[in-house]
Amino acid sequence: MVMTAKPVECGPVEEISLPSSIVVTPAAPLPKVVFGARDVSVYYGDFRAVRDVNVDVYEHQITAFIGPSGCGKTTVLRCFNRMNDLIDAARVEGSVTYRGVDLYHRDVNPVEVRRRIGMVFQKPNPFPKSIYENVAYGPKVAGIKGNMDDIVEKALRSAGLWDEVKSRLKVSGMSLSGGQQQRLCIARAIATEPEVLLMDEPCSALDPIATARIEDLMQQIKNEFTIVIVTHNMQQAARVSDRTAFFTTEVNSESDTRTGLLVEVDETDKIFSKPSDERTENYVTGRFG
Amino acid sequence: MPLTTLGVGGREATERIDRQIKSGRIDFGGRMFAAMLFSSLALALLVLVVLFADVFGAGIGVFTTRAESFLSGGLRTKADSAGVFQAIRGTFWIAVFTVVLAFPIGVATAVYLEEYAHKGRLTRFLDLNIRNLAGVPSIVYGILGLTIFVKHLKSFTGGATPISAGITLAILVLPIVIITSAEALRAVPGTLREAGFGVGATRWEVCRTLVLPYALPGIITGTVLALARAIGEAAPILLIGAVTGLLPGQEGLLDPSQLTERFTALPVVIADWARTPRAGFDELAAAAIIVMLVLVMAMNTFAIILRSHFERKRN
Repeated sequence: MVMTAKPVECGPVEEISLPSSIVVTPAAPLPKVVFGARDVSVYYGDFRAVRDVNVDVYEHQITAFIGPSGCGKTTVLRCFNRMNDLIDAARVEGSVTYRGVDLYHRDVNPVEVRRRIGMVFQKPNPFPKSIYENVAYGPKVAGIKGNMDDIVEKALRSAGLWDEVKSRLKVSGMSLSGGQQQRLCIARAIATEPEVLLMDEPCSALDPIATARIEDLMQQIKNEFTIVIVTHNMQQAARVSDRTAFFTTEVNSESDTRTGLLVEVDETDKIFSKPSDERTENYVTGRFG
Repeated sequence: MPLTTLGVGGREATERIDRQIKSGRIDFGGRMFAAMLFSSLALALLVLVVLFADVFGAGIGVFTTRAESFLSGGLRTKADSAGVFQAIRGTFWIAVFTVVLAFPIGVATAVYLEEYAHKGRLTRFLDLNIRNLAGVPSIVYGILGLTIFVKHLKSFTGGATPISAGITLAILVLPIVIITSAEALRAVPGTLREAGFGVGATRWEVCRTLVLPYALPGIITGTVLALARAIGEAAPILLIGAVTGLLPGQEGLLDPSQLTERFTALPVVIADWARTPRAGFDELAAAAIIVMLVLVMAMNTFAIILRSHFERKRN
């Protein structure tokens, strides 16, 4: 299975009259498509950071983005929860859909998007608040009703951190070790019960043991969440992901700038055993990058 | 230390390396540079010490002979009965107005510029001009205050009153509050904002619950420094019409009726007494300087306490 066919833009259907922001993908075989990116390019000002990205992300799978530095994998990841909005000069072209809805339609509220699509960052970045408040922050701002203690416990359990911190929930999140901080960040992200977790090189600041714990955790929670992970660690992609997208860079000789592009996306096994593109093969066999 | 282990090349090589890595340990250039830096520091401190010693030597006599009447008395033409109470009162109310106006407006402006405004030509232009405003001589603000608050808005400010002086000084220090607050906001790590946005907080929530608490210690320090500058200014409030010589009002420190009366303030009184040629007034000026130094130091101490309180809360 390589790329799925391009979605068909439907006009308003008479009986149910869909809003124009809804793009219906043709009856795709299971599993369901969560994200669809079509001809996506991202610009920072006049500079095109990444071009022509076409990728589908399936439900309850782990999709890995791999590639050399500067190939735009993080940039593409941040399109999925409108994080690029926070950079004044950033501009997204093409279409990014989340469950068939155009994420960049002008009526879409990015805050609502980010509540459904959680994010874990490269460097653990807990709030300078207590462990409890770190986890409770998301549900609080989302106005989630219910017993906050239960919500916090559930999220910390899912992140595999509960037993380590249950006796000191009032302690600052900054006092934890790096690996614990990153699991706290995962707990914080899943406390709002998002559907998707975007992970931007979540283990790059961690030692191998902490990394292994996060990878185990990802396997445990993938039944509940759809996960997209950016990693520069090919072994990690091979270990954890179901599908892998390989990005690379091309040098624009006129302006001496580099633009990222997506080379191919496929089942992880296939990417690492018999990729269809030579550039992918060179990368995964270590001859480049 | 005796050599106990011989490396490759035997004793000869070891001795050679021993000589090489132990030579040139005294870095003359570096030491001279350090000495130069230290003497700059020493010079600055020396000036300060001489200044303090001079002021204390001249002014301490007033406190040993009549501390109470000096601190509670009003402006008089006789050196042995004049006091600084009215000046302390005026400075206090000017400070209150300055903080109440400059702090919220300054912080709000900084938050807008740093957190909300799109970074573009307009914000760069505004930023540059705020920096320029911070460098405008204080006398210019005095003329502004005299024209606008004392004359045109007399019905609101009551003319030459602590209100006019407070508003004028608030405007004077506003650029400083904005600049230091903006710097404190810029020092907030971007990852903190991302974390907040990442869990679905709105810009306002990120600002209120994450960015501002993190930046608060820096904002407070900036505000207090600005306030210290404001209460030390003599020129603008002289223009506005601070009284020297004699001031009839004897209201208490917190009595609000003085807000619409004529006023005086510490730096004005110091300047006036210092150039009064009659005997005893030099000592009074020195004593008033001591009062002002104590006030400024008390304020700075308060700021340090506040700062460390919020820093502890932050971590």
